Amino acid sequence: MRPVLDQTIQAGDGFLGTVPAGGSVRIVDLEGNQAADTLFYDAADITNRYSAFDTIREQCAVYLTTGSRLLSQRLDLLATITEDTCGRHDTIGGACSQESNVVRYGEHTRHQHACRQTFLAYGASVGIGAAEIAPNINFFMNVPVSADGGLRFDDGLSAPGKYVEVQAARDIYVLISNCPQLNNPCNGWNPTPIQVLIWGPADSC
Amino acid sequence: MNTALLTHTVPGGAAWSLQVAKGRSITFSAEADRANVSLLIFAAGHRTDRLNVPDTLKAQHSARIKPPMVLMSDRGLGLASVTGSSLPWHDALCGHGLSSYGDSSYGTDRNGWRRSARTGLVSELTKHGRGEADLHPTVNLFSKAALDDAAGLSFVPDHAQAGDWVTLRSELDLLLVMSMAPHPLDSVWEPADVRVELRYADPVAADDPSRTFREESARALDQAGFVFA
Repeated sequence: MRPVLDQTIQAGDGFLGTVPAGGSVRIVDLEGNQAADTLFYDAADITNRYSAFDTIREQCAVYLTTGSRLLSQRLDLLATITEDTCGRHDTIGGACSQESNVVRYGEHTRHQHACRQTFLAYGASVGIGAAEIAPNINFFMNVPVSADGGLRFDDGLSAPGKYVEVQAARDIYVLISNCPQLNNPCNGWNPTPIQVLIWGPADSC
Repeated sequence: MNTALLTHTVPGGAAWSLQVAKGRSITFSAEADRANVSLLIFAAGHRTDRLNVPDTLKAQHSARIKPPMVLMSDRGLGLASVTGSSLPWHDALCGHGLSSYGDSSYGTDRNGWRRSARTGLVSELTKHGRGEADLHPTVNLFSKAALDDAAGLSFVPDHAQAGDWVTLRSELDLLLVMSMAPHPLDSVWEPADVRVELRYADPVAADDPSRTFREESARALDQAGFVFA
């Protein structure tokens, strides 16, 4: 079946699209080690947004992979990960912002481009503002946690051509920031393009 | 220790909210075993700035909240420092509960009516002109969801005992919104009463443990100091 959308997102750019109920979105890490910061919203009510920590708790699992159910903060099923050639994805690391870059790396990074800018810019057309930007999924990013309560950012598990596919359980917005971060290994120190493909429901023509 | 400015015991299962000025110490004490406080934190006077759990954890390389970590906001401000606790682990990976643990109503149970953490938090948010859109990941004081080697989570029911405590220091004027309903992974409704005591915080010394914990912690506290500077 032909995708209804097939778009390359340049390094540091973003994307807002709609995936209809039963349809799917695939995100391809074209060159490897690229973090695709992603948020999902119920297209009928953006307050019913993806909730990272409800998703973690309800499945007692910190990492996301095939079969993970992506839940809203009302515990509605927004989407399910149906394919994952990478292996696992982060949802506790959040998105970079100008302000968190200052905290993490120092004042000299304040005016570097950051994911939160992209989320706000692309979300604005459907009313997604600061209050609606919640902790996101970092597809292709590796943030291991340990039994002693440690957390770190590691080199990605991804490689060129790895992809993840998500099937929508209702009409959803997908909001992506193709992460511009230069200060840690989440993009292998070199942000690169990703590809986004969207298909309608399987029985549509 | 100086005299408490305010002492209030929140019944287990209830919700409460509190505006706190900069420079206060806020001590939460469990009056029984199995306490939990699902806590939202906002920068008072700013429409959207609020606790950002991912930024707090990643900046301080921790999957739990513990002394002397700094709790950071969306704008990279240190909202509060965890200045001390009898417990080394407070959960921040599980959000808050949406369950009221079976049927319960005021008609049947009067003020023992069980309401979910979500119901309590949204009710309190509404009193401050806020609502569901302002919910954000909570810190669950007193609670632990243990991590296994595959990053699976399991609730530790005997983590907090009567008498356990945790103290925060407000680094900015804050709005605290809290529910004393059980941790969302707790299978039983046996929420403890929690006493909240507010005092003037001691002056922050140059070698304050939260400031010297990590460079990131110090920078978040610096950023808080520039608000309305």
